Amino acid sequence: MTSPAPTPAGVERWQARLVSSPARPAALLVHGAHVLDPRTGLDGIHDVLVRDGEIAEIGAANTLPAPPGVELVDGAGRHLFPAFVDPHVHLRTPGQEHKEDLETGTRAAAAGGYCALIAMPNTVPVVDSAPVLRALFDAAARDARVPVGFMPCITRGQAGRELTEMAELRALGAAGFTDDGRAVVDAGVMRRALQYQRLCGGVLALHEEDPSLSGAGAMHEGAVSALLGVAGIPSVSESTIVARDCALAGYEAGRIHLQHLSARESVAAVAAAKARGVQVTCEASPHHLTMTDEDVRSLDPRRKMNPPLRSGADREALVEGLRSGVIDCIATDHAPHARDEKEVPFEQAPMGTTGLESAFAVLHTALVVPGTLKLALVIEKLTSGLGPLGLLVPQIAVGERANLVLADLDAEWVVGDSGYESRSENCAFAGRRLQGKVLLTVAAGAVVFRERTIMLSAA
Amino acid sequence: MRHLLSIEDLDRAGIERILDRAAAFAEVSDRDIKKVPALRGRTVLNLFYEASTRTRSSFELAAKRLSADVVNFAASGSSVEKGESLKDTVLTLTAHSPDAIVIRTPYAGAAGLVAGWTTASIINAGDGKHEHPTQALLDVYTLRQKLGSLEGRCIWIVGDVAHSRVARSNILAFQTMGADVTVCGPPTLMPRGIEALGCSVRYDLDDLREADVVYALRMQHERMDQAFVPSQREYAAQYQINGRRLGPRQVLMHPGPVNRGVELSGEVVDSPQAVITMQVKAGVVVRMAVLYEVLAGARDGRPAPRPAEPQLA
Repeated sequence: MTSPAPTPAGVERWQARLVSSPARPAALLVHGAHVLDPRTGLDGIHDVLVRDGEIAEIGAANTLPAPPGVELVDGAGRHLFPAFVDPHVHLRTPGQEHKEDLETGTRAAAAGGYCALIAMPNTVPVVDSAPVLRALFDAAARDARVPVGFMPCITRGQAGRELTEMAELRALGAAGFTDDGRAVVDAGVMRRALQYQRLCGGVLALHEEDPSLSGAGAMHEGAVSALLGVAGIPSVSESTIVARDCALAGYEAGRIHLQHLSARESVAAVAAAKARGVQVTCEASPHHLTMTDEDVRSLDPRRKMNPPLRSGADREALVEGLRSGVIDCIATDHAPHARDEKEVPFEQAPMGTTGLESAFAVLHTALVVPGTLKLALVIEKLTSGLGPLGLLVPQIAVGERANLVLADLDAEWVVGDSGYESRSENCAFAGRRLQGKVLLTVAAGAVVFRERTIMLSAA
Repeated sequence: MRHLLSIEDLDRAGIERILDRAAAFAEVSDRDIKKVPALRGRTVLNLFYEASTRTRSSFELAAKRLSADVVNFAASGSSVEKGESLKDTVLTLTAHSPDAIVIRTPYAGAAGLVAGWTTASIINAGDGKHEHPTQALLDVYTLRQKLGSLEGRCIWIVGDVAHSRVARSNILAFQTMGADVTVCGPPTLMPRGIEALGCSVRYDLDDLREADVVYALRMQHERMDQAFVPSQREYAAQYQINGRRLGPRQVLMHPGPVNRGVELSGEVVDSPQAVITMQVKAGVVVRMAVLYEVLAGARDGRPAPRPAEPQLA
């Protein structure tokens, strides 16, 4: 088989942009925290000095003196990680600001320990043209507390027929392209997008679902949906399109990133594609990694999302995918909805759960505490999501822009019905007792979140 | 019992307690003056978001025979058509202090949701394709009258299982009462995973002879439009219960309304095996017993709505 000449790896004609509002560069010294960075290999108690928003020095525990004007943060008994990144969030701007906007969404991200986000384009109007994208960058420069990038649509109007003006959008700084919320159902259109990628670059992030198989489904098809009498979304609705798009990407030597994998058949299809050299990366969400369709028995509309919470075997395959490396990163698919939109019967409710503020604690409680996954692996997967886009992969190393999260792994808290930084309260984990709390977040060199109880002292 | 949301809320003793009380109320229905003062001064609100003649009138009769005041609230011609949400409707109606709300909606779990928004007792009269617990109770009542006990009986439920709340509630109720349940219907209308409920699954009527009871489900015309089966003619040829298929000692049930010539032939509807009118009659006394159970039965105080214990993720 002859393949088309691929764009040389690592060479992109246009760079993606991450934009946030100006903030004062941080100057702080974290004393005696357990510093864990799976990329630089740091795993022990150190002091970390941040000056002018950069990591200035890493020293032995409790040895670095605090220079004048530098805040001293007591890290004893706490962990310091590279801050998290999320390639898949819904910030609902423009058009649905009653659910979320750039300010509230990035505030939620900061509270969850995130230092960069990629916002999805299924807004009102959808992000499918240069004027809308330009307006979003302007808004982010005003309102975003944490750097945000934007992925415009693959197809005009997100309708799955004609490609957007991808070269112009890339030149403006688009982070890639996605029709998230819908699949590019037509294989011919998908193929054309992969071909056009050779001109404009940018990964194609794909929501994998065959609507003819999903039908009016509202939850995973299986024993629980049979009991509840709720129409099911079968696993093959996802895995068949995953297999198709891996085949197309291989044929066109394109690069694809598969969003929110949920089914074990999909993990197997990605593993097979990776084994034969297809340039495919993929993500899994905290809710798919920790919950199953059994958690939908109560028909709590906050647990309705697309793809749906699947079986225990599917969940285990996702966890194993993280361990084996088939799944490259964790993305929350943070999907805010107003309270009155979700306080309706399950089948009527919109899809989606918020996730930014609970992601780390959920993963720590459900996967790290019981010993299923190592903490370092979870941190690696929480910090790698922008890698496939050729963007920021935060590291704790001298000279790096400071992207840090300080966490207390022993602190317990209960996810509330309200009281979020996000404008919306539709969290699937509401009512759960979690272990692990974000205390301080530094994003792009600035302190963007402080837990109210954290002890700070001016040196 | 505060609410009746699902047949799963009831164990065998609970079902028997309600049906014994229904049997006691049966005598009331045969009097000249068909009324007892058991729920005098109580208000029962019928909130129906789906067209229903028999279930709604059955609940209305039941409440009136217990001397309760009844208000019917139908979704059409009301504020619902002006876009009011379910929650706002329930909050508005709760301001009238109903003691019980009988609710039917096209959505699974709606009755359970409503129970968290009001102090009234909620009786689920059908929530989407999920459950229809009073139908299951009246069906068990009818079979107790006809057969004495369901223990060890073989019951076939035939038809569109996927779209049937009656099927789901009855599979659970019949099994709770000791019966063996087989569901049978077109593979395209059989929910994947239904066997996890404990029933057997068949796709043809070849072994229908083994059934003590044949429970036919209504085949809705819109399923034909959605091409779940090739045609009504083919459905009838494969799944219709007719004189050729129904044995003389089998009991025939149907939740109504019957499509004559589709799921049942006219001859079996009028045959002595059919207990369809007995089911309708049972509906009133069983609903009297359910209303009595939630409004006047053993109740010690009202617990706060929706107690949620935090659990470790």
